[in-house]
Amino acid sequence: MTLVEAVILTVITAATPLLIAAIGELVVERSGVLNLGVEGMMAVGAACAFAGAVTLDSTFGGFVAGAAAGMALSLVFALAVLGVAANQVASGLALTILGLGLAGVIGAPFVGARRDPIMQLQVPGLTDIPLIGRALFGQDPIVYLSFALVLAVFWFLFRTRRGLTLRAIGEDHASAHALGLPVIRMRLLAILFGGACAGLAGAYLSLVYTRFWSPGMTGGRGWIALALVVFAAWRPGRALAGAYLFGLASVLQLHAQAGAIRLPSQLLSALPYLVTIVALVILAARDRRATGAPASLGIPFVPDR
Amino acid sequence: MARQGNGEDRELDAPPLVAMRGIAKRFGDFVANDGIDLDIRAGEVHALLGENGAGKSTLVKILYGLLQPSAGEIAWEGRRVVLDNPVAARSLGIGMVFQHFSLFENLTVAENIAAAMAQDLSLAAIAARVTEIGARYGLALDPERPVWTLSAGERQRIEIVRCLMQEPRLIVLDEPTSVLTPQEAERLFETLERLRDQGTAILYISHRLEEVRRLCTRATILRLGRKVDTLDPRAVSARQLAAMMVGAEVGEVRADIGPAGAGVLEIAGLSLPPGGVHGVALKDVSLDVRAGEIVGIAGIAGNGQSELFAALSGERRADHAGTIRIGGVDVGLDGVNARRALGAAFVAEERLGHGAVPAHALSENIVLTRHAESELTWRGFVMPAAARGLADRVRKAFDVRAGRGDPAAATLSGGNLQKFVVGREMTRKPRLLVVNQPTWGVDAAAATLIRQALVDGAKEGAAIVVISQDLDELFEVSSRIAVIHDGRLSPPRPVAELTREVVGLVMGGGESGHAR
Repeated sequence: MTLVEAVILTVITAATPLLIAAIGELVVERSGVLNLGVEGMMAVGAACAFAGAVTLDSTFGGFVAGAAAGMALSLVFALAVLGVAANQVASGLALTILGLGLAGVIGAPFVGARRDPIMQLQVPGLTDIPLIGRALFGQDPIVYLSFALVLAVFWFLFRTRRGLTLRAIGEDHASAHALGLPVIRMRLLAILFGGACAGLAGAYLSLVYTRFWSPGMTGGRGWIALALVVFAAWRPGRALAGAYLFGLASVLQLHAQAGAIRLPSQLLSALPYLVTIVALVILAARDRRATGAPASLGIPFVPDR
Repeated sequence: MARQGNGEDRELDAPPLVAMRGIAKRFGDFVANDGIDLDIRAGEVHALLGENGAGKSTLVKILYGLLQPSAGEIAWEGRRVVLDNPVAARSLGIGMVFQHFSLFENLTVAENIAAAMAQDLSLAAIAARVTEIGARYGLALDPERPVWTLSAGERQRIEIVRCLMQEPRLIVLDEPTSVLTPQEAERLFETLERLRDQGTAILYISHRLEEVRRLCTRATILRLGRKVDTLDPRAVSARQLAAMMVGAEVGEVRADIGPAGAGVLEIAGLSLPPGGVHGVALKDVSLDVRAGEIVGIAGIAGNGQSELFAALSGERRADHAGTIRIGGVDVGLDGVNARRALGAAFVAEERLGHGAVPAHALSENIVLTRHAESELTWRGFVMPAAARGLADRVRKAFDVRAGRGDPAAATLSGGNLQKFVVGREMTRKPRLLVVNQPTWGVDAAAATLIRQALVDGAKEGAAIVVISQDLDELFEVSSRIAVIHDGRLSPPRPVAELTREVVGLVMGGGESGHAR
């Protein structure tokens, strides 16, 4: 395996959880809800997935457990922000704190356990192509799922009637309600989808990226996913580009630290964040139309009855 | 007893298209609708008249399924129906054109229409129907344009086309002309007449009596949540209708302003970039306002009025100090307080949130704009007793009806809060007053009081700028009128030389007989 191939493979592994979490949050924010609890839902997803996989001795079972746990936690958030129209920022932050705490409790008995590597695609002939063979045809199912998610979300948002309804609700929930669009129901479904994505992203961390569980293992990736959504101007394609750019930069800076580059390691560690922000800001600045957040983002909706 | 409109005898046998019976709606202790009956027949334009707060909007929201009545029932062609959401109303054939458009700024025209359609049509199919309906009713629209680029008239066309797409049998229009130029309104009337002739029923909500008398054959008048009468609006005078709406004779403003004095406000070549994504740039605005005159600034919403107000009040600074002068002093680079110190006062368009802090008591809101007066503060400390005393004086002088003690601004009705924020500035005896939409969404009695206060202020020597969308108001109080369109201000002309039609044409961006 050449160095370039190794870099490509680690980039994919680093980018996949970010991409899945970001694409979930993108749908939530397009519906006009700001869920700052991504980090917490990822942490719980990681812990439940690992616990589930060890207990059931099934990696697939682990992924299901992770996604279900993320979704369950997001339901708590939905009850607060949709049920009683609580402040979304405060509820999201509380969700993160709750999630990190819960994850610690759930994961503690499993510290020290390890899981085997996940099954990866093997296409005779294709997978053995040098350089790109393993990157394109030798990945685990979740990587392919993450790409399918981007496509599906794009198609849903911009090509289907329900996607239009969701975007309209995110733009102006009062108008949407006046037209009889189901504001609360769409938002609930979006929040649950976002929770499942965050849980799945966490599961990928503990089952594929590290293959063990340790406290605080999400390491702020939930926040990165949130930032990606904003800098991607709420567009699925750009979230994909942003996640991979971030993955690339973080892998390169690791190599740079290991190599001979004489820069403080803190500076290098900050590099991926800087590169991602700069790149996405440039993209956004070129296209003025696309920089607008959904106009109802973060505003509680209270219909008068 | 209700007087009868056109075609009554012929249709007596058939049940009305819609019959609302004994509709009541309570929000807590507040009764918005109290036992209202309303019949609408196919092929008639039926007016729903009333002051702000009379219960018109509540009643039509019930008809459109947005609100559930506390009591009463609705029959559609004689059969009782329950409308628990707008989808149910639309599937019966009820369409609604909202006063505050229910449009999505960042979506295209076609997407806006698709969002409200019952069937799942492709955007291409919708675009084709939009073009077809546009051609049939003279409602031209470009399906691909994002809504935020469109004028108010075009936005209203989207709402109407969106209604017509579903082939409605009843269309409800809530204050449809409040955002239109007189010419745009005339085109709307033609469209409505065409629909009426095809048998569509139209419920037309307005407080503009001349329009109602021009268009409607029956009118139902509401006051304080109750039905006053249903009658033929052409059979009575506008004055009588107004008296029924208000419950008393409406006073008139005595606009006997004397000759103007020395210059107070000078604006010379003011240009400003747009304030936000959907803002309007000010382009080379010039205006002189003298003591003792009221200059009215007409214009359709969103043509730079809020930007002009922000530039005059000092919320946004001009490029050069000399661009704006108050009493001969350059203030273009000064903030709000420096301008107030020169005797200027400002009343913003939004009374809640901009003109007053909703959750703060009236006395605290007094301090917000008048803290520089020695009476109210002492070395940076607020003197609560003095603030309360001043708030009470404003309340007395401007007949502000509010709760006991020192209530929060948000608890006042729109009209009372507007009287309070105008009174707060007027009782200072300002040398210059700039007021944006002084009577927007205010009942007739409060509007008359505010307009009279403006006229009296000018008589006492203040220079006053009134920015308003209400042409009737501007013609009532102004000495001169200028028009703002797309960030440019036309030279002001004396009211005596102007007609509504001329002003309306300039508001629409045309100079002469231009009938787009």
